[in-house]
Amino acid sequence: MMLRRILAITRARNLEFVRDRSALGWNILLPLLLVLGLAIVFSGDNQPLYKVGVLTQATAQLPDAESEPLMGLRFTQFVPELDPERAIRLVERHRLDLLVDFQARRYWINTTSPKGYSLERILAGLPGPPLERATVTGEQTRYVDWLVPGILGMNMMFSCLFGVGYVIVRYRKAGYLKRLSATPIRPAEFLIAQILSRLLVIMVVTCAVFVGTEWLIGFPVDGSHLSLFVIALIGAVAMIAMGVAVAARTTSEELANGLLNLVTWPMMMVSGVWFSIEGAPAVVVWLARCLPLTHLLEAARAVMLDGVGLIDVADHLLILLVIAAGCLAFGAWSFRWRDV
Amino acid sequence: MSTGTVALRVRDLRRNFGAVEAVRGLNLTISTGECFGLLGPNGAGKTTTIELLEGILQPSSGSIDYLGEPLGARFRREAGIQFQHTALQDFLSVREHLELFSRLYPDADSIDAVMARCALTDLAGRDARKLSGGQRQRLLLGIALINNPTVIFLDEPTTGLDPQARRNFWSLVESIKADGRTVVLTTHYMEEAYRLCDRIAIMDHGRIIAEGTPRELLRRHFAGAVLSLPVADLDASKVDLAAWRVHHDRAERVVEDVAAALDDLRFQRVPLQHLQIREHTLEDLFIELTGEELRA
Repeated sequence: MMLRRILAITRARNLEFVRDRSALGWNILLPLLLVLGLAIVFSGDNQPLYKVGVLTQATAQLPDAESEPLMGLRFTQFVPELDPERAIRLVERHRLDLLVDFQARRYWINTTSPKGYSLERILAGLPGPPLERATVTGEQTRYVDWLVPGILGMNMMFSCLFGVGYVIVRYRKAGYLKRLSATPIRPAEFLIAQILSRLLVIMVVTCAVFVGTEWLIGFPVDGSHLSLFVIALIGAVAMIAMGVAVAARTTSEELANGLLNLVTWPMMMVSGVWFSIEGAPAVVVWLARCLPLTHLLEAARAVMLDGVGLIDVADHLLILLVIAAGCLAFGAWSFRWRDV
Repeated sequence: MSTGTVALRVRDLRRNFGAVEAVRGLNLTISTGECFGLLGPNGAGKTTTIELLEGILQPSSGSIDYLGEPLGARFRREAGIQFQHTALQDFLSVREHLELFSRLYPDADSIDAVMARCALTDLAGRDARKLSGGQRQRLLLGIALINNPTVIFLDEPTTGLDPQARRNFWSLVESIKADGRTVVLTTHYMEEAYRLCDRIAIMDHGRIIAEGTPRELLRRHFAGAVLSLPVADLDASKVDLAAWRVHHDRAERVVEDVAAALDDLRFQRVPLQHLQIREHTLEDLFIELTGEELRA
């Protein structure tokens, strides 16, 4: 009898799931998109051994191996760099093994970098006119130092999106929003309350985790903590706004789950949580630039690891604010109290 | 506000859901201070109608005025609503729920006063998820009363409650009526409608098919009384069974002259030890008008 009841409930639940076509669609599409996305990110048989920055003009092509023999080096990734100061900082942090300016006939290496030493030896053996040597020093950015903002940002992302988006859909489905709609509260007021509530939780939690990990691991923060706080605040607003946009009129918890996964998984994979997207295929970089977590992490890492100020990351903050404004406007416009 | 002025006026109200016409041209007037009952079988359009009156649903056509004005901000401030199904927030106590809703209104009533009225004082700190059915309904009524409403909507408020909890709830509604507030009630329970409502409207297929005070409606549709006997006591060879309506193991007959009917039964030697004589009820009226049982 118990098995019969279990089977009856299982069948009913399966029917509900299969008949919810939107949720079913997302459940099939999401893993497919993830597999495709990862395939693009990790495409290519040979992962590079060295990473060389090449200073260039915005419109200029990188030179070919005939004119510059270094460019023919195998197992080496050549990354165009437009900003010399930024590029030299990357060498200081061991994020580039070598930086070369073919026009000025000059290269930079970090004297404490083993890979830089190897590349310099290779460079010395190549034919062609010699390049002038310039050296920088600086400790290598530990992976954990680089990873900490990624992990904190990812945690913020899940908390922002699911903490607001999923909850609003659950409230709607349970009829709680319908009850609220019978009071004088306006949709915008309700949405702002949700945003403020989640923002407070996220900022308190993130600050506590940041301080705790800073004390435990001792990672460097070259810029100001206040700048980091402002970046985290604006990033959280943008991601909460995305959650509001997803939940504005979604009535199925499963569809909301699918949509939120659709938004969060690409951010987790291509926004630079685990690895840098420098040198990734153009389509991945383009996708990453559309996602708020990318801008949050790039701005936070620039402050933490490169010691820059808010003005230097203003472009990232502006994009985050545009995403926040767009998503909130859409959310407020399309919000429905109930599922009719 | 004086009793007897028009609280809600509904003109040619219609609401469609796709091709389905849930409400088909309703006209209603509900006076201030009266308790108005909407009755009807499942699917009659009661809940759609009350949600239109509450301003939760927008009509496809027609109009609803509250104190002479279209439903708007004033109505939302002055109306109290208890839905048929309302989820509450998880992890909040009874007092916290009342505090939450009281903060949504500009002139909310005292939380302690509402808790005292709805017998919630002893439950103030209890998690709302741990309330019994009757306690939960009292909390929902408390939330509906928190803004000190002039008109209060109760959508099947006692469905699923045990008889004791239902009677306790009726006492609460009677105290609300005694304040002079307008009450609009939907119910499946005829006893509830008869006890609480000053006027009722019976709906079927999205239309009102009868409207008036319970006594008026019964007088209008019925005369006399109902005789009820066990079927086994009626000898088919002597009694004309066509005149009786058989319901389960009993047969019922509507008679205008009870004394004459009893003489007739005695003449036919029908045993009368199990005879019951009763007045017509709203349930009889409902069956008469809709051809359906009223129970949910």
